[in-house]
Amino acid sequence: MTSHVTTSIEPSGIRWQSILPIVAVLALAGLGLVSSDYIVTVLGFAFIYAIFCTGLNFFMGYTGQASFGQSAFAAIGGYGSAILSTDYGWEPLLALLATMVLSGIAAVLVGYPTLRLRGHYLAMATFALGLIVYEITIEWTALTQGYMGYSGIPPLGIAGFALDTLKHQLVALVVLSLIGVGIAARLRQSRFGRALASIAGSESAAQALGVDIARYKLIAFVIAALYASAAGSLFAHFVGFISPEIYGTTMVIQSFAMLYLGGIGTMWGPMIGAIIVSILPEALRGLKEMQDIAYTAVLIFILIFAPRGLAGLSVLFRRAHGRVQEKA
Amino acid sequence: MSVLASDKGNVPLLEARDISASYGHVQALKPTSLHIAEGELVTILGPNGAGKTTLMRALTRLTASKGNVFFRGEEITGLSTPRLARRGIVMVQEGRGLFPQMTVRENLVIGAYLHPAETDTQMASVFELFPRLKERLDQSAGSLSGGEQQMLAIGRALMAKPQLLMLDEPSLGLAPRVASEILGTLRELNRRGIGILLVEQKAPLALKLAQRVYVIALGKIVAELKTDEIKSHHDLARYYLH
Repeated sequence: MTSHVTTSIEPSGIRWQSILPIVAVLALAGLGLVSSDYIVTVLGFAFIYAIFCTGLNFFMGYTGQASFGQSAFAAIGGYGSAILSTDYGWEPLLALLATMVLSGIAAVLVGYPTLRLRGHYLAMATFALGLIVYEITIEWTALTQGYMGYSGIPPLGIAGFALDTLKHQLVALVVLSLIGVGIAARLRQSRFGRALASIAGSESAAQALGVDIARYKLIAFVIAALYASAAGSLFAHFVGFISPEIYGTTMVIQSFAMLYLGGIGTMWGPMIGAIIVSILPEALRGLKEMQDIAYTAVLIFILIFAPRGLAGLSVLFRRAHGRVQEKA
Repeated sequence: MSVLASDKGNVPLLEARDISASYGHVQALKPTSLHIAEGELVTILGPNGAGKTTLMRALTRLTASKGNVFFRGEEITGLSTPRLARRGIVMVQEGRGLFPQMTVRENLVIGAYLHPAETDTQMASVFELFPRLKERLDQSAGSLSGGEQQMLAIGRALMAKPQLLMLDEPSLGLAPRVASEILGTLRELNRRGIGILLVEQKAPLALKLAQRVYVIALGKIVAELKTDEIKSHHDLARYYLH
């Protein structure tokens, strides 16, 4: 009974898979720092979406649930941060953290009854949540200024030092998105992460092994809401202006495209998807009126040939490599 | 939690009294009672649609049920499936319920969810029983053969340290030799003191293992007898032994 078996759920010897994406992200950010403000802005949006999608991946990828309403928490984050920092003079970082707490509480209150639903019903309920918050941002003009939007939002700052250039902010966004991915990776490898994965695999089997699926679904939903809220706040501080459309249905569709293109349920998929989907339209801008068609064609091409997303290609590569080694 | 005053003196491992379950307006399981003694291997036989799976799901609360259930004399009625797993009641579902995208290792590690500190020792004990799983450790569960998948399903359930193991059709879709091998393993587990409740279509195989049998028909247990008594019931013997 002295058999030594490694119980880590990741196969050993694949360190490059963790290091390579970090190097690629840092290289991309470095490239951004020597580029125009326009490129910096596009990259900034990509990293904000990377944070949003990393959170969404917890609920949809790791736990296998459907949520069409995470934009609601981004809106809470964005408007909360904007109001607290602009009208009440809070430090942006403090406002971001406070609205994350608010979003977390909202997620518990909404998630507790909603997560009893499954499949399409859960998707519709969460979609309704997104629509309700969207309507509130339009109609509650005394708080949100409606379609006029909220302007003059101060940039993010740390300990009194304002990140008042776009390039400073890009660095902060890169660091924050990498921290976000790092936290997600640690959680995925933990007992908690394995419990989420078991829910995605088979809810009844997970329950039979002792996993409290209602509790874990709620925690995953709250984590996704915290990430969404942070992304919403970061957007407000990065652009300095927000309006209801930013946190509308487009955000949901965009984030789905990023998640599936990058690789849902994978560690780096959300980041890869966010970067590709943000940069691709800009790269195809020279095609003018053909831009949208080319953009869509590229997305469809990737989804056909990499159905598990771009991050999923590394798994195929690893398997092929394993087969070659086995034959040798 | 009330404590069962057992009629028989010996407190059973599991006792269900008037347990029933419905799907909408259809009562799939009529009020029915059964018990399993400590260290006993009991099988439930019955035709397709008789309510065998519903009975298993009702006992493990995967399906909402009525009636009272006792585990070692303590009432566990209404406890959720995860709480029952904490008590040591673990079920291997029909179709195995594996996590197909995950590796064999991941499936086993999740099996030890309630006992993370004992993952290594439990895994070693599973490999003793099913050495083939050790060879397939980094292979995805979905890529295993049917027999290996069933070994993994049972192995994963053993990681949860069951005191009562419920298995729903473990030989489903397996070649006779493999089915016989899998069911033979259950005998070994039973020897180690694990109570087993087995639903099995391959009745002759199940009857070789079990000490007692319940026959279920139209959502109700219609007979309870010791395995060797089945031969004296001509209609049951004709139906289940050939």
